[in-house]
Amino acid sequence: MKRINIEVIVGVFLVVGLTALAYLSVKLGGVSLFGTDEYKVNARFANISGLTENATVEIAGVVVGKVSRINIDTDEYEAVVEMLIKPDIKLQDDTIASIRTQGIIGDKYVKLTPGASEDIIKPGGEIMETESSLVLEELVSKYMFENKK
Amino acid sequence: MDDNYIIKLVNVEKSFGSQKILKGLNLSVVEGKTSVIVGGSGQGKSLTIKHILGLMKPTNGQVLVYDKDINGISKKELKEIRSNFGVLFQNSALFDSMTIYDNVALPLRERTKMSEAEIKDTVNEYLELMEVRGANDKYPAQISGGMKKRVGLARALVLKPKIMFFDEPTTGLDVAMSNEIYRIFFRTQAKLGYTAIIVSHDVPKIFKLADYVLLFHDGIVEDNLTPEEFQLSDKPVIRKFVETTMGRLYSSEMEDIQ
Amino acid sequence: MSLNKINLNFLTERILNFFEKIGDLFIYYLEQGGRMVIFLLYSLYASIRPPYKIAPVIKQIFVIGALSIFVIVFTGLFSGMVLGLQGHNTLKKFGAEGLLGSAVALSLIRELGPVLTALMVTGRAGSAICAEIGIMRNSEQIDALECMAIDPYKFIIAPKFIAAIISLPLLTAIFDVVGILGGYLVGVGLLGTNEGAFFNTMISDVKFADIYMGLVKSVFFGLIIAWICSSMGYFVHMARNGGFGAEGVSRVTTNAVVLSSVSVLVFDYFITSMLI
Repeated sequence: MKRINIEVIVGVFLVVGLTALAYLSVKLGGVSLFGTDEYKVNARFANISGLTENATVEIAGVVVGKVSRINIDTDEYEAVVEMLIKPDIKLQDDTIASIRTQGIIGDKYVKLTPGASEDIIKPGGEIMETESSLVLEELVSKYMFENKK
Repeated sequence: MDDNYIIKLVNVEKSFGSQKILKGLNLSVVEGKTSVIVGGSGQGKSLTIKHILGLMKPTNGQVLVYDKDINGISKKELKEIRSNFGVLFQNSALFDSMTIYDNVALPLRERTKMSEAEIKDTVNEYLELMEVRGANDKYPAQISGGMKKRVGLARALVLKPKIMFFDEPTTGLDVAMSNEIYRIFFRTQAKLGYTAIIVSHDVPKIFKLADYVLLFHDGIVEDNLTPEEFQLSDKPVIRKFVETTMGRLYSSEMEDIQ
Repeated sequence: MSLNKINLNFLTERILNFFEKIGDLFIYYLEQGGRMVIFLLYSLYASIRPPYKIAPVIKQIFVIGALSIFVIVFTGLFSGMVLGLQGHNTLKKFGAEGLLGSAVALSLIRELGPVLTALMVTGRAGSAICAEIGIMRNSEQIDALECMAIDPYKFIIAPKFIAAIISLPLLTAIFDVVGILGGYLVGVGLLGTNEGAFFNTMISDVKFADIYMGLVKSVFFGLIIAWICSSMGYFVHMARNGGFGAEGVSRVTTNAVVLSSVSVLVFDYFITSMLI
């Protein structure tokens, strides 16, 4: 048997360390080593308050993608949300994107409600029908003021 | 005395804080000869060696090696000058994380383009010359003081230096071992013809090796004389040194011989 | 009369001594700081300058990295476990046990992983680096190198710098992974947090920016440890109150470990504030 020498131990150390680093980056940090098959879809919202990058995108409660970037359109003052959707999920062009909250104070996520159209949104396309974030304070104040009248 | 000075110190002063150790030292070393530096402890003998090696900078004055002020030249030039040096340090200064073989091979590996086979031959040749046998794979901590000195000497000589420095080569060794070191010294100097600078306390034995004797006293060099002149000098300081280190007996013996 | 005068002289003497001491200290620390900065520049230059030799670097990775694995696994495991325990108890109050996974992972990846790893490595390997170089200095081995026209920065210091900069991120990653495992064992195994929630919150809340921050920190900490520990060993002979002999080396080593640990925490704040 070969004697266990410094080189072997250092080799094991390097491999273990790099594996740990790779696990952290790929599994937790969301770094993809081979590029992604996921395709991009944009959606415009009047208000996304609370939605952050990396938030989940769900259909019927199942995660089908994530929010990859959030920008503001400086002409319209609308929020432009770029999402990465898994390649096997086809979205009809009348799909509705709405921003919802998990529980009462939970994280915001994007909920997609599939439509009935036969046309599929192409990668890089845009979801036309959107529902903005529900702001709890606005709802409460609306309810209060309506009651006063 | 000929004028082939290879090393020259001009008015070198060195102080540490308010303490002045070297007080305007003037010293010269003749090429191809053996200069022995003697003097009491704490007179700056080892310190002077460090100045010549460029390990320390003088507060004032110049250190000239091959007529170049080693504190006024570039790192590269200093490196070139140092490639002529070989040093045997007081406690050998072997690298304790390396084997004896690797210690001696190090200068060859770092400074020459020799192949491993050539290095092996050279290292073994020098270790044989020093009569160090069967210790190649040992570490410095596993060998005796005398052996360390000889390995240190092999490491210093392996690049065939033109100037060799010996910082107390026999301190801490018994008489037989010091004689052994002197014997090796004679043999290697005859073979390689280097200029030698020896710092030593081993008076009078060291005088047999010396072409010139330099006495350090109170931060200056008292004189640069041949051993005979030195022992017969009338200078009170030298007289006193000779009497305290060799006793009257030896000096009268010298007079008897003459 | 004369008594008063003597007292006055005595007093002035004391006051002057006091100021002299302060001045001395200031000059010493200024010089030491300057030396260490120049040391850092030389070392970095020596690390990137050819020729490159792999063998010494591998040896140092062994000493700094591989030999630290056990310490790192143990501290990582128990840090993660205590985070699981504390986090569970706190989050339960808000009914948010599901966030335990992300709480454990984020605290480990952003803060505890890099910092605790750096502190453990300082204690284990930093002290060894400082003592080794200090002994090389005191037994004239460094002088011997210079006299052989071998650059001690290239020969001794650079491999340690490179090895520390490689080892620390890897050790930190191991610490993080083991720590998350510890948090999982306590949170899910012992206290019954929902396993799916544990991992899902973790995966969705940990972003690459967090891992990047941990990575940057660990690289810097590796540099700091290598720098402070080797430079203090290298200049052991210039240390205040005499840095000679075994006692000098041991005192300087203690100082190096303390200074290196404190610097890690101080730099942690500044790196965090720059990256957050």
